Amino acid sequence: MTKKELQVSAIENGTVIDHIPAGRLFDVINVLGIQDMENAMTFGANLKSNKLGKKAIVKIWDRFLEDDEVNKLALVAPSAKINIIRDYDVVEKKKVNVPERVIGIVKCMNPKCITNSERVRTKFTVVNDSPIVLKCHYCEKLTDQEHITVL
Amino acid sequence: MNSRSLVSIEDYSKEEMLEVLELASEFEKNPNQDLLKGKVAASLFFEPSTRTRLSFETAINRLGGRIVGFSDASSSSVTKGETLKDTIKMVDNYCDLIIMRHPVEGAARYASEVAEHPVLNAGDGANQHPSQTMLDLYSIYKTQGTLENLHICMVGDLKYGRTVHSLLQAMSHFHPTFHFVAPESLKMPEAYKLNLNKLNIPYFEYTELDEVVDRADILYMTRVQRERFADPLEYEKVKNVYILRNAMLANTKENMRILHPLPRVNEIDPDVDDSVKAYYFEQARNGVFARQAIIAKALGLEKQIAR
Repeated sequence: MTKKELQVSAIENGTVIDHIPAGRLFDVINVLGIQDMENAMTFGANLKSNKLGKKAIVKIWDRFLEDDEVNKLALVAPSAKINIIRDYDVVEKKKVNVPERVIGIVKCMNPKCITNSERVRTKFTVVNDSPIVLKCHYCEKLTDQEHITVL
Repeated sequence: MNSRSLVSIEDYSKEEMLEVLELASEFEKNPNQDLLKGKVAASLFFEPSTRTRLSFETAINRLGGRIVGFSDASSSSVTKGETLKDTIKMVDNYCDLIIMRHPVEGAARYASEVAEHPVLNAGDGANQHPSQTMLDLYSIYKTQGTLENLHICMVGDLKYGRTVHSLLQAMSHFHPTFHFVAPESLKMPEAYKLNLNKLNIPYFEYTELDEVVDRADILYMTRVQRERFADPLEYEKVKNVYILRNAMLANTKENMRILHPLPRVNEIDPDVDDSVKAYYFEQARNGVFARQAIIAKALGLEKQIAR
């Protein structure tokens, strides 16, 4: 069987983040902070996907994401699949697990929260997994999945 | 960061709540004690709240402490653009305890992380007001002789009222049955009801007050505020439904008591004031004892209280 042509070219070593919902590509980039990395990377947006209709994909050369980095994706792309690539082969698949606490990544949706009026690092506990619901450590208000905004 | 702050009612375990109630009853017997001699408390009211401030400051004075502070933000350096962090850092250098009311939600939690000394939250926006909850609990305990297995009836604005939400959280430790009486648009939020389901605590919802008063041990009245209604017509429809009158008390339980966090507007008719079941003014008086207890606990002075 021949491999079908990839929409984004393969990488030799590194991490592939696949099945990102199309509109969430830039949130994924923000959450992972990969815009500041020196590594080579390729992004694909609005690619065809049987599962999602349209999807986005991120491939990072020579960088192997750790579990706590992968888990940050739970907030913006819980459906994402992470493949660790060595020598053009998938050597490990990682699943996105919802973390217990979320620190400094998302904005509290309560406009009257102290984190939105003073420079305070946001802190949340995850009170529900799917859909994700976050409880602010400061104002105690809930931020739900559809209102999650990445800082 | 210090662990003796009281920011949210959830900071207290059930045991700690009972401990504070017991201390409050000691202070009621002996209100004037020099526990805070030589100590300075900062009373920082970034928005005015006469009742809460006077109650806290009376508690400090009866404990022999001294007070510095301000009663509204216009007389503080906030008007010069100082951040809350800087204000707290500065005040923390001067005093042994910080009492703070602030319009921004979460401000008290943040202050408790910035300060070395304990921070007592005297209200942060619509979020928490734990000393009010402790005085409510103390009032319930005093009038019923127990906190266990009571029928608590909450009336009025159950959607935005922070005192009802905190009281709900606190009473959930003591096997209550809740009765919620509110207009459709001001019903108890789903999140709180889901939590009661999880804890297996029974609750019932009503839109009319008459139906339920006879079952209550505690009738907790709150204000239905005109500004909560988008449609003024909607307010006109409901405003008179939630007014408690003396005639409605005829068949209520002997032990039933009426609580209200005050100020009231018209939701309790003045003809109720003379009933033995009207407890809201004594409730306010209990605030001083409850706050004395909270302060003593925050400063680790529990053992020095005269008993």
